[in-house]
Amino acid sequence: MNYLRRASPLHATRAGVGAAYCAAIVLAALVIPNPLVLGVLAVALLVAGAGAGAGGRVARSLYLSAPMAVLIVLVNALVSREGLTVIARLGDAGPLGQIDITLEAVAYGAKEALVLIVIIAACALASAAVDPDELLRSLRRVSFRSALTATIATRMVPLLALDARRIGDAQRCRPDPGGRLAVMRAITANALDRSLDVAATLEVRGYGSARRPARAHRPWSRHDLAFAGSALAIAVLALALRAPFAFYPSIHGSFGVRTWALAAAIAFAALAPFMQRRGIMR
Amino acid sequence: MNALELAGVSYTYPQAPVPALRELTLEIAQGEFVVLAGGSAAGKSTLLGVACGLVPHFHGGRFDGRAEICGMSLRDHGPAALAAEVGTLFQDPETQVVMGTVRAELAFPLENRGHSAVAVARGVEEVALALGIESLLERSTVELSGGECQRVALGAALAGRPRLLVLDEPTSQLDPVAGDELLGLLRRLNEEWGTTIVLAEHRLERCLGAADRVIALDRGEIVCDAAPSGFLEWAHDAATALETPGATLVAGLGLTPAPAGVKQARATLRAAGLLPEATAPAVAPRHEPRRRRRRTPAASLRLRHVWHELSDGPAILAGVSLSVAAGERVVLLGRNGAGKSTLLRHAAGLAQPTRGRVERTGRVALLLQNPGDYFIHDRVGDELDGAGLARAGLGALADRHPRDCSGGERQRLALAIVTAGEPPPAVLCLDEPTRGMDRAAKATLAGELIDWSERGVAVVVATHDPEFAAAFATRAVLLADGRVLADSIPADLLSGGWYFATETARILGGHRGILTPAQALAELSADPAAVEAHR
Repeated sequence: MNYLRRASPLHATRAGVGAAYCAAIVLAALVIPNPLVLGVLAVALLVAGAGAGAGGRVARSLYLSAPMAVLIVLVNALVSREGLTVIARLGDAGPLGQIDITLEAVAYGAKEALVLIVIIAACALASAAVDPDELLRSLRRVSFRSALTATIATRMVPLLALDARRIGDAQRCRPDPGGRLAVMRAITANALDRSLDVAATLEVRGYGSARRPARAHRPWSRHDLAFAGSALAIAVLALALRAPFAFYPSIHGSFGVRTWALAAAIAFAALAPFMQRRGIMR
Repeated sequence: MNALELAGVSYTYPQAPVPALRELTLEIAQGEFVVLAGGSAAGKSTLLGVACGLVPHFHGGRFDGRAEICGMSLRDHGPAALAAEVGTLFQDPETQVVMGTVRAELAFPLENRGHSAVAVARGVEEVALALGIESLLERSTVELSGGECQRVALGAALAGRPRLLVLDEPTSQLDPVAGDELLGLLRRLNEEWGTTIVLAEHRLERCLGAADRVIALDRGEIVCDAAPSGFLEWAHDAATALETPGATLVAGLGLTPAPAGVKQARATLRAAGLLPEATAPAVAPRHEPRRRRRRTPAASLRLRHVWHELSDGPAILAGVSLSVAAGERVVLLGRNGAGKSTLLRHAAGLAQPTRGRVERTGRVALLLQNPGDYFIHDRVGDELDGAGLARAGLGALADRHPRDCSGGERQRLALAIVTAGEPPPAVLCLDEPTRGMDRAAKATLAGELIDWSERGVAVVVATHDPEFAAAFATRAVLLADGRVLADSIPADLLSGGWYFATETARILGGHRGILTPAQALAELSADPAAVEAHR
């Protein structure tokens, strides 16, 4: 929700193509089960983030995804009854029965955790580098008011976050700071005031009589073409060459040449558009 | 066709006990520059609401009479329809920007009107060029400063080239530089594009020079409708709180006409032989921090080489050293982003220096910019005990909801909240406390701050309002880029600049550090015979 304009190939791309590029990476993470390819995809995302001037934002997404990833590994290891290679016996856990930790359950949990990390990192990249206004404007021809409501909600999120911080500071200045509930009430009341102000602004900008916008014709730039090609290549590679990998009942998968070739191809497809640096200022 | 035509308009907000507008009849012709004057709750914002259609279509309530805006009847046209002819700019820049980038913000009103993509692109480019914001077009709106945000909001209001532009205190959150820039833009729009401007403003000395006409309101009624000099003459007799410092000075010397701006005041004084010869500041400002004060042993607040450096960002404070003694009244001046608010946050412990340290002898009470942020209860009486309410003069409001109080009442309540409790504060800090306040409320606040300092409390106020600073401060500190540029007595600092100077100081060219009309009258009337001879 914190899009910032940067001079980068991804920022210079039209929003729809930028979103498709990030969506293709998410698709690849969902359909490819091979941990090697997923790991390469995660690294490629970090490099892509750096290429878009948002490396820090993509890396910081780990603060959100890492705890969830650990939780996924733990829960899967504890609840999965599949897998043949027992690595720990935790004994009888009452109604849950005998709990055995298997290597396969741990590996499968780790693979799912990696998928989650890639998806959250791709979303972080999209939020940092894809212009939400432009993206939602392109959706307005489909559903005008829904798209506009989404646009305004996008704008309100950072605004309300700033308000909440400001109100929190004001409460700290009181000799008798209110409890969390009181502060939440103050923030909610403030959000309602904010909403009224924004609604009044929308009215005087003519939102009440808004019409479906005309289609805009914009020539495709080299970056539009490069990222569109990249998205298509990633999707085709992921769907056509999945690099099968089985976790249950025992781990079977390939880390051979074919898998390495797929990983390299996906990484190249994801990063190649960043090599074109002409016309990246908008 | 008039830009605005009202006949017998009365309006009462929903559940309000009294009308906000009463039997208003007026005509504003195309191309006029009109300033709306009046105290708080006089009806200025409501009148602007009528002009843009928010009253009654958005707010509801009871509306009587006839209103036509650019030939469109208010009964048949709501704000969205009127938006084609009326551009609107409110006080708070943040809530007026609804899109993520400047280009999208400027395109929004044009897209709403169904313009073709080419027309939208052209409209955006033209308005950006006209307002000098073309370099901001690709910027994210969350990155804009207050002044930039207000210019972008003005651009969005002007994108459809409206015939009427209504503005509700658009400069109240801007520093004097950005405020003057905005008013200059309005004057240019009025003169070159013929846009009718209706502007509500408390700091009349800033805008009367550009106005053709002033309409003064009181309790929803028009009490004066005249050219600026006629309005000022009326204000001298009937509403001194609306009189500008320049008009007070000229009238106090028994001279006419009442001046609408600095240039006219200087001409009047010059013609009377009363304008001091030296136009440069007679007392040169000392542009270096007062080192002597830093060693004052009785300092209630001391900042020692305080730095505030953002991660991956600039230094907001760059080695600020400042010492404030008990009972001292300090005003912090500077442009938006100079570091004033951050300095106050460090003083109160809301932020920690990345380098340097802050020393306090006791509690620091801080009143931030928005007093509404301090309220957590549904009753004023629950926010503060009875004795505290009585001390703040708010005893009668105990059962009212804090958000239903006027701006001045909210300010007093929030000030009473932060200063309540034991022990009493050693330092009282206020951040932009006069936003949206009328002159009477400012005078009351200045009196309260003087009372606090006389009780031994150090007072530190960040403000953009030089007149308010002159009314209460004993010391002035000018900040820029997180550094202290000047630290001096107000007579030095507020008399020598172009922007951070009172109107009286600008009229007299900084003569002897005179800041207020009262000081000027005492000085210039020292030889009453000379004054009399020139009348």
